Amino acid sequence: MHSMFKRTAAALAASVALAVPASAELTGELRIFLDTSNPAPRATMEAMIERFQAQHPDLAIETTVIDREAYKTQIRNFLTADTPDVATWYAANRMKPYVEAGLFEDVSDLWAEPEIAENLASTKGAMTIDGKQWGVPYTYYQWGVYYRKDIFDELGLTEPTTWEEELANCQKIVDSGRACYTIGTKFLWTAGGWFDYLNMRTNGFEFHNQLANGEISWEDDRVKQTFANWKQLIDMGAFIDNHQTYSWQEALPFMVKGDAAAYLMGNFAVAPLRDAGLTDDQLDFYQFVAINPDVALAEDAPTDTFHIPANAANKEAAREFLRFVVSADEQTEINNGANLGQLPVNAQSAVDDDKFLQQGFAMLSSNSPGGVAQFWDRDAPAEMAKASMEGFQEFMVKPDNLDRILAKLERARERIYDN
Amino acid sequence: MSAVDAPDHESWFHRNQQRIAPWLFLAPGLLFFMVYVIIPVFQSFNLSLYEWDGLGTAEYVGMRNYEDLYWEWVDRDAFFTSLKNNLIWLVLYLAAIPAGLFIALFLNQTVWGIRLYKSLFFFPFVISQVVVGLVFTWFYDPTFGLLNEFLGLFGLGPLNVLGDERFVTFGIIFAGLWPQTAYCMILYLTGLNAVDPEQIEAGRLDGAKGARMLWHIILPQLRPATFIAFVVTIIGALRSFDLISIMTQGGPFGSSRVLAYYMFEVALSEYGFRMGYGAAIAVILFLIMLCFIAYFLWSMYREERGH
Repeated sequence: MHSMFKRTAAALAASVALAVPASAELTGELRIFLDTSNPAPRATMEAMIERFQAQHPDLAIETTVIDREAYKTQIRNFLTADTPDVATWYAANRMKPYVEAGLFEDVSDLWAEPEIAENLASTKGAMTIDGKQWGVPYTYYQWGVYYRKDIFDELGLTEPTTWEEELANCQKIVDSGRACYTIGTKFLWTAGGWFDYLNMRTNGFEFHNQLANGEISWEDDRVKQTFANWKQLIDMGAFIDNHQTYSWQEALPFMVKGDAAAYLMGNFAVAPLRDAGLTDDQLDFYQFVAINPDVALAEDAPTDTFHIPANAANKEAAREFLRFVVSADEQTEINNGANLGQLPVNAQSAVDDDKFLQQGFAMLSSNSPGGVAQFWDRDAPAEMAKASMEGFQEFMVKPDNLDRILAKLERARERIYDN
Repeated sequence: MSAVDAPDHESWFHRNQQRIAPWLFLAPGLLFFMVYVIIPVFQSFNLSLYEWDGLGTAEYVGMRNYEDLYWEWVDRDAFFTSLKNNLIWLVLYLAAIPAGLFIALFLNQTVWGIRLYKSLFFFPFVISQVVVGLVFTWFYDPTFGLLNEFLGLFGLGPLNVLGDERFVTFGIIFAGLWPQTAYCMILYLTGLNAVDPEQIEAGRLDGAKGARMLWHIILPQLRPATFIAFVVTIIGALRSFDLISIMTQGGPFGSSRVLAYYMFEVALSEYGFRMGYGAAIAVILFLIMLCFIAYFLWSMYREERGH
């Protein structure tokens, strides 16, 4: 009697085990390090990991969330010692030091699987170094001009599409006693966004990439043309005063109070603007205008990523986790308005109803034929990014120093890429 | 009784106790000082001859890093700015000493509630430098800051102290003087307690008062306090880092950097990781500090021999 019960139970257990897909047999420990320390992204990630845990009950998952800024330096330590199995990071040149040092696992095998190869094709380039893929993206977001629709309406302006319209609009805004753009360049990278757009629109995506890779002189006439266009805006007083003193958050009130009409920013600026009381009737979005009609439009769309450190202990479980993260359903879920509020990387996923996400998605998928850049400080090597963004800031405050700034950047280029 | 009887059987430790004991007590301190100070100093010297990103293998480059620093100096680039600002810091930061002295003299009286005033004056030294930096950042804010409200009363301004490369270093030093003055004040207050009343009495009889009394009677007796105030202020000026990091991050366009911050920027910040280059800057900073430290040690040594 007793043994019969035992046997039935064993058979039952076996049949249950058979019913669950093979991947459920993942065991051991899976240690995940995250840099998503802000409350909303943190909750999103933790919920996602819980869903993964539910699929793999035998896996002991341990999650560590590290402050986003501190993470940028700590990653150097934990990739070499006491290594997690999965870690977040950024695409493109930002991952290059770790790829070159052999600290990231080559995950080209994942990218060869049809599920990923077909649905994540658009971000493959950003994850590729030396013809191999070194991680998977989990979210990205558009950049563009966020503007006060009510101010545009008041002045009778429409969304510009060409440089002439842009300048004419801006002149009217300045004449009304406002600045066209708010910006805070204390931490430098915001000026990198302006340079990205002005240079990509003036000289094209290819040229921009070559400049980031150190293949073009900073004293090239084409680079000077980019700065000449920038100077047109600076000279007419398009940017708020004293921007070198403010962070990007501290620059938000100018737009909220109506002292500035627009902000060239990533989509993450929408949440604080809404929190500050701007409604969707007051706030709208347009793609950065075309400047040189001969070059194809290209956009900035920074991508955040997951990687497997080369020293990870449980790479099998880590790979499964990466598959899970980029799956269509998870992508829809974690990028929706209630969670990250950004764009899903999987082509099969649904984009949230949010009007900015919808516009951004449409822009990136159909109106960015030139290509998609990551962002200046992710595309250019760290040292060059730092030196150049400092130069951009100085240029925005003292445009007359341009020749001196470019000479300095050219010297930096000769030193940095020479190694 | 037995101990006296058998001196030969006394252990080696017992015989040498007098000589060993101080070293035993010093051992933990020496050990930590070696591991955390002396050895890293030599490691920095060594590292400054390499090019290393903190991840891959270090490449020996000889004096290349120092050569690059030299060219930055010639080109009036970041290294030049940092050295120049360090010099400004060194000179202006010393203002904390006379300022502290005068506040101490002012507070060195017995009226009701003087302890409260003293603690209020000492307060800025107690709060974190980070808080001091934030408070002054808001004070200087070009749009909403108190400073410009104040200047506005006189029809002056607006002035963007932290956004103008001409004023920024002075603005940060001024913020730094606030806690540093409090520190010097407390040093002088303790010094004033030890001033000999008989000498003051004698000076009075000879008709000394006011500035003459201060200069000839009080200040000589405050020499130890002045010395310590000088040491901590010089060291404080050379390691000025937290205020710059909080208030400007070395900006605008790198014009408020000092050596300590530049070193951090090159070696450890988000866009940094040139370890060898950072080490070279650290070595230069160390050599500058060494001049002062040698001078301090020498004058302390002279003092001790004088007694």
